[in-house]
Amino acid sequence: MNILKFFTAGSVDDGKSTLIGRMLYDTDSILADQLEALQNSNRKNDDGSIDLAILTDGLRAEREQGITIDVAYKYFQTEKRKFIIADTPGHIQYTRNMVTGASTADLAIILVDARNGVVEQTIRHSYLASLLGIKHLIVCINKMDMVDYSETVFDAIVLKYKALAHQLNLQNVNYIPVSALRGDNVVQKSDHMSWYQGESLLNYLENVDVSSDLDVAYARLPVQWVIRPQTEDLHDYRGYAGKVASGTLKVGDEITVLPSGLKSTISKIEQFDKELSETFAGQSVTLHLKDDIDISRGDVIVNSTSLPYQSQVVEADLCWMDTRPLDPSLTYLIQHNSKLSRCKIQEIVYNVDINTLEKHSVHEFKLNDIGRVLLKTADVLPFDLYDDNRANGAAILIDSRTNLTVGALMFRMALDY
Amino acid sequence: MPLNHNVNKMSKNSLDYLDQLEAEAIHILREVAGQFEKPALLFSGGKDSITLVRLAEKAFRPGKFPFPLVHIDTGHNFEETIAYRDKMIERIGEKLIVGYVQESIDQGKVIEQKGKNASRNALQTVTLLDTIAKHGFDACIGGARRDEEKARAKERIFSVRDEFGQWDPKRQRPELWNIYNGKIHKGENVRVFPISNWTELDVWNYIRREGIELPSIYFAHERDCITRNGQLMAASPFLNMDEEDVVTRKQVRFRTVGDMTCTAAVESGAVLIDDIIDEISQSKISERGARMDDKVSEAAMEDRKKGGYF
Repeated sequence: MNILKFFTAGSVDDGKSTLIGRMLYDTDSILADQLEALQNSNRKNDDGSIDLAILTDGLRAEREQGITIDVAYKYFQTEKRKFIIADTPGHIQYTRNMVTGASTADLAIILVDARNGVVEQTIRHSYLASLLGIKHLIVCINKMDMVDYSETVFDAIVLKYKALAHQLNLQNVNYIPVSALRGDNVVQKSDHMSWYQGESLLNYLENVDVSSDLDVAYARLPVQWVIRPQTEDLHDYRGYAGKVASGTLKVGDEITVLPSGLKSTISKIEQFDKELSETFAGQSVTLHLKDDIDISRGDVIVNSTSLPYQSQVVEADLCWMDTRPLDPSLTYLIQHNSKLSRCKIQEIVYNVDINTLEKHSVHEFKLNDIGRVLLKTADVLPFDLYDDNRANGAAILIDSRTNLTVGALMFRMALDY
Repeated sequence: MPLNHNVNKMSKNSLDYLDQLEAEAIHILREVAGQFEKPALLFSGGKDSITLVRLAEKAFRPGKFPFPLVHIDTGHNFEETIAYRDKMIERIGEKLIVGYVQESIDQGKVIEQKGKNASRNALQTVTLLDTIAKHGFDACIGGARRDEEKARAKERIFSVRDEFGQWDPKRQRPELWNIYNGKIHKGENVRVFPISNWTELDVWNYIRREGIELPSIYFAHERDCITRNGQLMAASPFLNMDEEDVVTRKQVRFRTVGDMTCTAAVESGAVLIDDIIDEISQSKISERGARMDDKVSEAAMEDRKKGGYF
């Protein structure tokens, strides 16, 4: 059994919280005391039934405003799989929260209100899924009960969305007609839509295969910590600890350490009390090398046969996450894996109107703005392009005055390699 | 619900969920080691912090932990917890720092609650903050999980606290990919939650897989209990009891380990870890449902967290 992480995009009006509540409720993932708290709550649907949306809004401010303003993580499991949901807010002022939720997701659920079809926010949410490199998408056309479970309505929306998916180069898009309120096609297949031949939403989530997404040819292991006990009996022990970001490393492989460029061979791979002959993406391990070379936290061990870019000038997509606008005169901290460096934004190439997907040339970058920038880093960064290797193609910007995380970067092009 | 199914078609390099969760937690612990000057691991003697110790062994052995363990002692402990703690410290050979709530009371920093429902649970926040300040800890690793409670569901893995120990849910830093921003100003510290993404059942399955020993109170045993607000409490000198409280001998176990005055027992015959896993799989009461401190109001946890609670 493995874990599927997905995020849900949509606003309160689309019934997003109701959809998640429905999945939890219909899979028996709500426990008695939680249900009791739910039943005692003042919020009810118009017909007096339990408002399932309450299950997913956590904080008091949100309860007061009746909207979700942060990312809430929810957990449930079926016999086939474990699920982690990043429940993210849908309004444009919370774009940064959605970007955050999407950054760790394998799959996105885009909610569309059957009565309204593809609207501005559908474009925005789909754009964000594409920006963050989500490789699997489910478009849930919700509130089918409000349009008499009409196949014609569903087909028209699918047709319109396909054009958008094409424009955004979205792969693996699936369409499911649902009613979160009534439970149609969420966990159980609906009796109201015999024209729909596909699976229920949960069924699809249980079976979609995302394990190959990190299974790329290039191995990357960012070194987090060097284990050196320096005791009598472990005098020469020197282990490089980190989590394999992508690819596979084997004992005997020739590796290169970046940025130094020094080469060596893997002599041993340890995982606590076990020795492994090979290690792959997702595992936290300790590597030993044949040669005694200088390696410290922030370095990256890669297989010598496919080196990453090594560059100081990078074109990247940036999502701005701070209330203070981007200041091109400032030096920001940039964190790429375990490496902390400094950088400047040299140029704002363009900014994207994420409701219309139009590109504009602008001179400022404010909260929730997304666009293309050119940045120069103080150190050479060994990176891959985000679309090729999400794990080694992303970084965050930190404002050294406030220490806040102010930007999310997805590397798109190396300019001086 | 069956637990160990391998129904999914997996590619060659697919990790089992416990391996995924373990690898993520080890990555987080190593980030703490790499990013902070003076981290600490908050150890309560509960199964979650015991799991953290196991994960730290996996992250740093054969080296030493790059942090001490810190225990906040309310003085109202289950004696089994303290015995377990001391034995474990001896086994792993790491440093333990204890902060005593009694000291905070003696110093007049907190006042003992009165009345029937008096508990030192709320007081330990002050002792914790004092201990952090005294030793200058810049990061405190804790065993909180997002599935415990709604407010926790929104907490970051690296959660910044101001100099008053406060968590501000509206000013949380965005946390993207697996990149953790541990930059802080002087006086601030970060609470780090490596098992954020684990559920209660995940923790139990991991404990079983790893063969981790636990304090005996997690398993069914006979104990004198009283019923308070519909919950079973262990009869102890720390609980203010009166003639209305009827002591009965019951077979119980505890689902969490906290202060004796606020940790409720459940009637149970689960003597083995497999029994516990079966019990939890079928349980209709969530783990925090057995904590009286959350019952006060729907927003109880959020309020306590804002005040610097674990």
